[in-house]
Amino acid sequence: MASLSSTELKKLSQEERVTALGMRTEQLTGRSMFIEFDEDAEERFTYPWAPDVDYNKRTEIDTGDMTETEVNSEIRSLMDQGYGTIVIKDPRGKHSLGVGILNRLNLIFEGSLGYFGVGLIDGPNVRINGRVGWSCGENMMSGTIVVEKNAGSTFGAAIRGGDLVCKGSVGSRTGIDMKGGSIIVGGDTGALSGFMMQRGRMVVCGNAGKNLGDSMYDGTIYIGGEIQSLGVDAIEEPLSDLDKAWLTRKLTQYGLMPDKGVDHFTKIVAGKMLWNYDNLEPTEKKLIL
Amino acid sequence: MAGTQYRGSEIKDVNQFMDDAKSLESEREQEIGQHIGYRYDVNLVPDYKHITPYLKKYMEIMGWDDLNWLEDVHMGYEEGNAAVFDRNVNGWVRVPSDWDLPDNQQDRDMMAREFLLKFQMSDRHPLSSLRKAYMKF
Repeated sequence: MASLSSTELKKLSQEERVTALGMRTEQLTGRSMFIEFDEDAEERFTYPWAPDVDYNKRTEIDTGDMTETEVNSEIRSLMDQGYGTIVIKDPRGKHSLGVGILNRLNLIFEGSLGYFGVGLIDGPNVRINGRVGWSCGENMMSGTIVVEKNAGSTFGAAIRGGDLVCKGSVGSRTGIDMKGGSIIVGGDTGALSGFMMQRGRMVVCGNAGKNLGDSMYDGTIYIGGEIQSLGVDAIEEPLSDLDKAWLTRKLTQYGLMPDKGVDHFTKIVAGKMLWNYDNLEPTEKKLIL
Repeated sequence: MAGTQYRGSEIKDVNQFMDDAKSLESEREQEIGQHIGYRYDVNLVPDYKHITPYLKKYMEIMGWDDLNWLEDVHMGYEEGNAAVFDRNVNGWVRVPSDWDLPDNQQDRDMMAREFLLKFQMSDRHPLSSLRKAYMKF
């Protein structure tokens, strides 16, 4: 690749250039998985390996003197014993607590969490009666997380599904690279919120900082207050009746419905001017660089 | 090439990608030979008037007031066939061809959600085999 000059590259065909530059054009079609879907299979609502838990079976653990790993192992062990409601006392701002839970569960933290709290979860309903540090709910797949106080930066980074709620205010880069799900903020959000957002919905009842929705690819952002500035390719669109119904339902669900309703919310979507993926782009980009 | 205007085309009809699998409408799409963008409206929020009994039961079991992550699941189209994107395998799962598709996207989305959920929770899903082979805890 390095041995070819720009002049030599220009003489090549598209396909030859791609190969010479160490890239391949890759067709994403034609990769269907031929499934063996059984319509008569037993009805299940959780993963086959998930332990059967009972929401009415409740326990508490005091985690003051435990390490993060010990706390997370204990949560798994309690789920295996059928506990469906687990209260974590005295978390002391530890990092990475409650991560990777792939089952239904009520998980309650009586205190604040550090970085990357309850990331990578798929199913549980989590309530945090305190604050959270950076990247709470990072890569969350499904479930609900409700933070009663404020949250740090990159709240819900790369979230893929579920509801992530902060009743207070959050830091910058909220929902960076989010690929689905709903992030709901009762207060304000910082700069670059929704940066590189790909899909999903973000609702901020208060104000938004600079460069909101910068380089967003798709998805929707609803802002109830002032927007300091919009980022590249983020544009305003009118609220539809379906948007209003969705906002009303979600905000009521989490006790964040403003007294004046939802009609004042500003809807931000992608202008789609930056959509430049296609078969020709890799070579074009490389040649420009 | 990018940054000045939207170069794709708009989705006009619920059957568009079944009647015309390639759907190359804009000049740029014809030039590159591929459709630009999703084959469904990713921002369409669910209308709960269309929910199915199975999905209602799922919400109840999980303790959710709504469809949660399934709000992001839609009926898509791959090579002229109705299909659902399964994030757990990063691929499309085709809806059985003998299923009758409803005539509107909201009902199709509910069908897609139910279909995906049943598949993901079954032993036949590839994640079950992957878990057996690679699980750490």
